Amino acid sequence: MASPAHAASFERHGLTDDQLIVLHRTMLTHRRLEARGFELNRQGKIPFASAGEGHEAVQAGAAMAFARGQDVLVPYYRDLGLALGIGLTPYEVLLSLFARAADHSGGRQFPHHYASRRLGLYSISSVIAAQTPHAVGAAYAIKYRQERGRAVLTTFGDGATSEGEWHESLNFAAVHALPIVFLCENNEWAISTPLHMQMAQPDVFKRAAGYGMPGVGVDGFDPLAVYAAVKAAMDRARSGGGPTLVEAKCYRFLAHTTDDDDRTYRSREEVAERRKFDPVPNFERFLIDHGVLSAEQAESLKSSVLAEANEATDRAEAMPYPQAADLYERVYASGWEPWQ
Amino acid sequence: MAVASGSQTMNNVEAVRATLYEAMKSDDRTVIIGEDVGNRGNVFLITKDFIKEFGPQRVIDTPIAEASIVGIAVGMAMEGLRPIAEIQFADFIYPAFNQIVGEAAKTRYRSNGEYTCPLVIRTPYGGGVRGALSHSVSIEALFYHVPGLKIVAPAFPADVKGLLNAAIDDPDPVLFLEHKKTYRLIKGEVPDGHYTIPIGKADVKKTGTQLTVVSYGLYVHWALEAANALEQEGLSVEVIDLRSIRPMDRTAILQSVRKTRKLLIIHEDNKFGGIGAEISAMVAEEALFDLDAPIRRLAAPDVPAMGYALPLEEEYMSSPAEMADSMREMVKF
Amino acid sequence: MSKTETQVRKPLERHGLSDDQLKAIFRNMLLQRQLDNRGFQLNRQGKVPFALGSEGHEALQAGAAMAFERGKDILAPYYRDLGLAIGIGLDPYEIMLSIFARAEDHNGGRQFPNHYSSKRAGLMSFSSILAAHIPHAVGAAYALKYRGESGRAVLVTCGDGTTSEGEWHESMNFAAIHKLPLVMLVENNQWAISTPLSMQMAEPNIYKRAEGYGMPGEQFDGFDPIVSYAAVKRAMDRARSGGGPSIVEGVCYRFLAHSTDDNDMTYRTKDEVSEHRKHDPVPLFESVLLDAGVVSAAEIDAMKKDVLRETNEATDKAEAMPYPEASDLYENVYEGAWQPWQ
Repeated sequence: MASPAHAASFERHGLTDDQLIVLHRTMLTHRRLEARGFELNRQGKIPFASAGEGHEAVQAGAAMAFARGQDVLVPYYRDLGLALGIGLTPYEVLLSLFARAADHSGGRQFPHHYASRRLGLYSISSVIAAQTPHAVGAAYAIKYRQERGRAVLTTFGDGATSEGEWHESLNFAAVHALPIVFLCENNEWAISTPLHMQMAQPDVFKRAAGYGMPGVGVDGFDPLAVYAAVKAAMDRARSGGGPTLVEAKCYRFLAHTTDDDDRTYRSREEVAERRKFDPVPNFERFLIDHGVLSAEQAESLKSSVLAEANEATDRAEAMPYPQAADLYERVYASGWEPWQ
Repeated sequence: MAVASGSQTMNNVEAVRATLYEAMKSDDRTVIIGEDVGNRGNVFLITKDFIKEFGPQRVIDTPIAEASIVGIAVGMAMEGLRPIAEIQFADFIYPAFNQIVGEAAKTRYRSNGEYTCPLVIRTPYGGGVRGALSHSVSIEALFYHVPGLKIVAPAFPADVKGLLNAAIDDPDPVLFLEHKKTYRLIKGEVPDGHYTIPIGKADVKKTGTQLTVVSYGLYVHWALEAANALEQEGLSVEVIDLRSIRPMDRTAILQSVRKTRKLLIIHEDNKFGGIGAEISAMVAEEALFDLDAPIRRLAAPDVPAMGYALPLEEEYMSSPAEMADSMREMVKF
Repeated sequence: MSKTETQVRKPLERHGLSDDQLKAIFRNMLLQRQLDNRGFQLNRQGKVPFALGSEGHEALQAGAAMAFERGKDILAPYYRDLGLAIGIGLDPYEIMLSIFARAEDHNGGRQFPNHYSSKRAGLMSFSSILAAHIPHAVGAAYALKYRGESGRAVLVTCGDGTTSEGEWHESMNFAAIHKLPLVMLVENNQWAISTPLSMQMAEPNIYKRAEGYGMPGEQFDGFDPIVSYAAVKRAMDRARSGGGPSIVEGVCYRFLAHSTDDNDMTYRTKDEVSEHRKHDPVPLFESVLLDAGVVSAAEIDAMKKDVLRETNEATDKAEAMPYPEASDLYENVYEGAWQPWQ
């Protein structure tokens, strides 16, 4: 990041100090709640948590470009920060981790499979790239109803780009010039599969030309660069300019989930080397250096995030599980019948 | 140290691993292809370190692309290799549906024997591990309908080895289902050396006289637990482990039903259209007058999946106690 | 008409092809056109229920077939590859057995017409599902590389529509990662039943996708058999010598409807089709060869008569063969005898 300089001398892409602080808070909350999931798993309180450390800048930056109440988000299972950034609360996140009845899915879904109609956050499964055609369909509906000013933001990892349904989705979106942005969060690992075994050339955005849409590559550790790229793409989509493929390059610092042990397939040296780019402390340093935040404010922000996480944890943990009878609800629109 | 007959105690994951290892060693036409099978050694460590011994050409880490994992394996098989494809969780198999039922199952048939497809597709299935909607499903009912395909679902380590060897040797495509909860939970004696168990043969795991219980996978173990409890009450239940879903051992089922005159089918999959439906129809057609009670099926309710929350998982699945209740009712019918 | 000193030969870029090879290419094109037509005639006569046409693809397929090495390479075609099938060695009799669905057909009369397979010729069995055969081709290429069989490659073909399929994408990606000995020949005839290219993809030059996969890509004029040969040969040589896969896209046009069950006037105009007909590669290559003095008009005439004779003989011979028996339905489900559930 830049050396200490005057507050005005960095490219802020039109963001105010308050917005920069919101962006940073999203990153801090993302980091804190992810860690909380791991803690609860280690304490034996929840069976499972997944890990998105390294993605904070991508997701907070992208979320800042999302127009609440208008746009639609079709994420994947590592998008905790994006969900928070578009308005999901820590309490809703913890309800999901604890699988409580009050969770959006009624405790049915794996953690981090949030959905919220209110926020425009679509329900997804764990099947990779299955959500990408859904995002395209939603974009088609928006265009069909001529809803200018609305666009779909859909995300996925590097691994998902190998899926047939990913290909079919981009092709269709391009043919119909749909209002959609495809954001690849390239963290270089698909569980144990490194990028060079996932594809023969490492730049996902270079596939865009083959589909006849623009492609942009951006530093995923720089939240402002991501914001700018996603905003430009979303603006293009909202104004009828069609789809864009944006690739934000970052890194997955932890294992895939609490059920994975990444020591079995990559070295600690590699991970430590990439940790130097950790966007959470780096962006804090950047904001302090550029006078957006004082060191005290930075600390107080972190305390506030921690307090919020604790409050959400306690509140969610105290909520009841779903009942056995809830299993039979909402299979169809109404009334469930057993065969006999 | 080997037991008198030459065997070792191992769990189901070890049985799969040991069998795959021997297959890779003995035939260099054998390759393993799937996600995370190489450097990670499979997410359950089944192929741990295989890549070090056999190399990346034979232990292939694929991109995330299920349809082509199976499709590419079909092409390898058509061209003379003996691929063992892995779908990381059965819940991810749906994109590969055409390659399995439309291509692999029909290769021999459509080319009238000129091209064949000696392919094994292995995949972990089943719940009880808090796997929620996408890491818990049973898929056998979707595939057992298809002629040209074989499906096996062993529950014990010795059967795992014998049937996996048979699947690998089989000149036709075999879907090899591994219940993930039994991976570490179930241990047993596994004979040394290479052996096969014929595909299409069930196994009576407990003899009895008053009721025939047919099951497979994890539920065989729960059914045995229930049957053993009933034995303490003086009730005699026979438990058949199907082992093979397609072809299915009609003879074994009928033989047992004609002896006990009552049939209870227990499976983890949804009731409607599950394996139990076909068995019920067959027994009704063949042995109606040998029955002293209606055929019953104990299966999952017809909801899309078990939920992540424990009460939802428990409601979906059948416990040994629930199985014992059903058995008791039927014996006393 | 024979050549005289006063006639000037038009220079011909023949990419190393001899006169005999050029004539063989032309004969393949004529035979493809003839067999193609025969299927339609038989359908109109009510003798066969279905036929698929490949008019427009003759140059591309004859050229590609010339680049295929018999006894070594493997072909993984799709259902419009009549010219490629005969070009790599299938007999017109085998084609007609398939059209008539006779027991003697390679597939025992089970498959749709044009779904050839021949282990002998290296032609892999395939279904009607678009792109389903492409991962198979990739798997076969993997087997070749795995066994260290250099000098062998897989030629896999498809139409423009198929490139939209997820399995096309997954196959190209895998082939590139593993640098497999494979050539993806896209026969872009600009129509997928009623879907024109503009509705199939936003970027009409399919070869441009190659860069995204990290492999070379090239486009050529699919109406020119020599250029087609050269492009496919370059790609196959690269694949055979360990240089990895590539996408070669031949642009041509589908002159007929999709099949006998399609009426293309419901979705395109006669004018459009006749405009493209001006580039019909069969009469075009005839003129090219005549002008270059490779062949005389008399030779061409004789060739056409011979092709007709060959087609007629194949038709008669195949038509006289018996259908499969009802009991044949139960053969080759698995290895060994078929068992009913009961």
